[in-house]
Amino acid sequence: MRRLVRNRVAVFGMVVVSIIALAAIIGPALIFRATGYTYDYIPADPDLVKSFAPSWMHPMGTDNEGRDMLARVLLGGRISLMVGIISTIVSLVIGTAWGATAGYAGGKLDELMMRIVDILFAIPYMMVVIVLLALFGRHTAMGQLVLLFIALGAVSWLTMARIVRGQVISLKNQEFILAARATGVPKWKIILRHLVPNTLGPVIVYATLEVPAVMLLEAFLSFLGLGVQAPLASWGSLASEGIQNIAVFPWQLIFPGVTMALTLFSLNFIGDGLRDALDPQMKKS
Amino acid sequence: MERRCAGAQTLMLRFVIRRLLSTIPMVLVVVSLTWGLIRLAPGSFYTGEKALPPAIEKNLRAKYGLDKPWYVQYAKMISNTARLDFGSSLKYEGQSVNTILMRAFPVSAMVGLLAYALSLLVGITSGLFAAVRHNSKWDYSSMTLSMLGISVPTFVLGPILVLFFSLSLYWFPPARWDGIATRSAVLPVLTLSVIYMAYIARLTRSGMLEVLRSDYIRTARAKGLSETAIVLKHAFRGGIIPVVSLTGPALAGLITGTVVVERIFVLPGLGTYFLNANLNRDEPLILGIVAFISITILVCNLLVDVAYAFIDPRIRY
Amino acid sequence: MNLLSVRNLRTYFDTDGGVVKAVDDVSFDIEPGKTLGIVGESGSGKSVTNLSIMRLIPSPPGRIVSGEVLFGGKDLLKLPTDEIRKVRGKRIGMIFQDPMSSLNPFMRISRQLMEVTELHMGHSSKQAREHAVNMLQLVGIPDAGARIDSYPHEFSGGMRQRVMIAMALSCRPELLIADEPTTALDVTIQAQILELIKKIKSEIRTSVILITHDLGVVAGMADAIIVMYAGKVFERASAGDLFERPANPYTKGLLMSVPDPLRESKARGELYQIPGLPPDPANLPPGCPFAPRCDKAADICRREFPPMVQVAPGHESLCHFAKEVYAEAAHLHS
Repeated sequence: MRRLVRNRVAVFGMVVVSIIALAAIIGPALIFRATGYTYDYIPADPDLVKSFAPSWMHPMGTDNEGRDMLARVLLGGRISLMVGIISTIVSLVIGTAWGATAGYAGGKLDELMMRIVDILFAIPYMMVVIVLLALFGRHTAMGQLVLLFIALGAVSWLTMARIVRGQVISLKNQEFILAARATGVPKWKIILRHLVPNTLGPVIVYATLEVPAVMLLEAFLSFLGLGVQAPLASWGSLASEGIQNIAVFPWQLIFPGVTMALTLFSLNFIGDGLRDALDPQMKKS
Repeated sequence: MERRCAGAQTLMLRFVIRRLLSTIPMVLVVVSLTWGLIRLAPGSFYTGEKALPPAIEKNLRAKYGLDKPWYVQYAKMISNTARLDFGSSLKYEGQSVNTILMRAFPVSAMVGLLAYALSLLVGITSGLFAAVRHNSKWDYSSMTLSMLGISVPTFVLGPILVLFFSLSLYWFPPARWDGIATRSAVLPVLTLSVIYMAYIARLTRSGMLEVLRSDYIRTARAKGLSETAIVLKHAFRGGIIPVVSLTGPALAGLITGTVVVERIFVLPGLGTYFLNANLNRDEPLILGIVAFISITILVCNLLVDVAYAFIDPRIRY
Repeated sequence: MNLLSVRNLRTYFDTDGGVVKAVDDVSFDIEPGKTLGIVGESGSGKSVTNLSIMRLIPSPPGRIVSGEVLFGGKDLLKLPTDEIRKVRGKRIGMIFQDPMSSLNPFMRISRQLMEVTELHMGHSSKQAREHAVNMLQLVGIPDAGARIDSYPHEFSGGMRQRVMIAMALSCRPELLIADEPTTALDVTIQAQILELIKKIKSEIRTSVILITHDLGVVAGMADAIIVMYAGKVFERASAGDLFERPANPYTKGLLMSVPDPLRESKARGELYQIPGLPPDPANLPPGCPFAPRCDKAADICRREFPPMVQVAPGHESLCHFAKEVYAEAAHLHS
């Protein structure tokens, strides 16, 4: 923990992410109080239904329908971050459960479970996800969102399972586990209380790096029109709208794009910092 | 000595054959999964805004064999797939799926391969320099740059490059495809390669740093070898292994990346066709592309595993 | 005329926990054709001393703070990098503790052997290969001509160490530094490797520095011995003198820790161990670093750093009570 705080870049990353997250959570409410704009507020006056460049009224400009870009970017932030975090949690839960059971059980069960993982690994996931999203759920925005959680969570649990299994196997034969078994602690308790907390290190590092990766995937899918649907917005879908008019109204793409890049940048630095801090071999002078 | 090499070679051959054979059931599994998804999805490919009169619908279903029980249709689909016969596209009247594949694949493949080759070149070189000049300005700046490369999404980078190079400097066309050896290929390849350049640079750097800490490098130094000889002859082989490991997952990523890049630059590649096929529920085309890509990925993973055996002599299959 | 003279060597490491004085004012000499044994527990600084001689200390976090290493009239610590590279492998050869991790697993043995002579002796590949095969035969690898193209993992542990020895001696260096060469090997193989080193030493006439924590290993091999503890030299003597009449409580403790079946059966089978643990090198106590564990320790030991006392010609000990300990030992034997 000490080491992490000493890593100035990681701290910077945490600060940035906190600011953005905070803005995403309470920003839209504040903006609404101040100006009455929401992400889907289309001005009644037809003259205002077009894209304006950034100004005092609209710090990030407006989109083609006259909607305030700042509000949309903040909403996009909410959705993108939410997708990233929830999907990662989904994959964490599934992966940890799978990997811990396989690693602890050993033998045939372990073989079987990891065989399944190997087979699933060979599937071109993104293709299946594209098919899934294109064919189902484009009917309601919420439905699409739930589908996204599941699909994206399913993409990364495999690696998580492998990591957890590796950790469990190396911990399994260490003394404190043998002691627990010798005193008759039931297996599931051993897994939950002893093994899981000790595998936390690499798992946390992986999860922290997974969030930006999943956010990127969601953004890709939304960019292709398969992810988040209107009237909701995520940074990816905003970019997809923005790219249409890149020549004339570049701010429609630049603001969501830069905000997203900044967020991912910071998240990656945090993940890196965590990994360095937990790595026993690194000795800085 | 020759006896030993021949033995190893037969083992390798058997391994390759075993893997190739296991590719077939894998592909069939993926195709079945996709088929299942398509059939489970609500609606069908011919539904439009208004419902069709029942008689016409009945004719359509008969024409496409949709009136037979599902397991019959499934069996037919599997046997067709096994023979690599995917029929004709539903949307692009009269064009066989295979023709479309043959036309679109080279576009995507060349952009992808070129992008990956470029990223290997730049990534490995800068990773090597960063490792050798550890903790120097070069190291920090190239690592920060690579962090940027990972964080800026492709669909942000692409348009920015277009804004700058196409619409301001007029060096490259913004959204056109003339062929791989033309100027229109530069921006797509560049856009796609940046993220991999970044990953490869970081992996090379960390792989090399790890290796440079090992005992056998200390032995090499104790023998009086120069730093260059040590880095290039002794450390490189071990240090490059993480990059080889990356290639497998990178392929999967290249696919999504290509889809996005093709959208931005309007390239007539597999990605575009796949996306449209999904939106149009063009079942034969969807299945054809899925099968094709699966085979490609599995073969490439096999090549990567074979490459491992060449790099690390301890590996024996 | 000494082949190698180490004078007041200090090598420190900068770590998160403070400055570790791994080697703190160490001096010793080696004459041509002799074997010097450096004995000490883990963390005593013996390996770091030898890595410092060839300047193989990883530079952050380590640094050679001061001292001289005189070899062939030149101070190795002050040579420019390309000069020291000409010494490494050519005039000083080094073998390490774990032959599996010390050989490049991705390279054939032939290449690893040949590059030394190609570099230092200007051999062509044909010459280098012949020479390499000869070296392998010299160290006792059967079927050397065929096996030379193997990879390290295709050899057993003892064989790999022989390969390392062949590699280190390829250019007939004047000095061989053997850093715990047998620690990672089986006991039977240990004896073989030590015999091999002895044999080669007389054939090629190199001097040897033998580093180990095991007194049994130096017993048959060394002409002179220095005992190290907490980065300092605690005792320095010829091998015979050290074993018969140790002048330092630490050395005595080490000698008693060597399992001796005869003694044990008399004393009803209790194994002796020096009580306590080696000190934390970043936080050394004032006074004698061995004081917390020494049965002879008195107040002066805890307060003042002990002097280096000469108890006999060529025999020195770092202890406030060196002469008493020396006298006791003489008493035991008479």
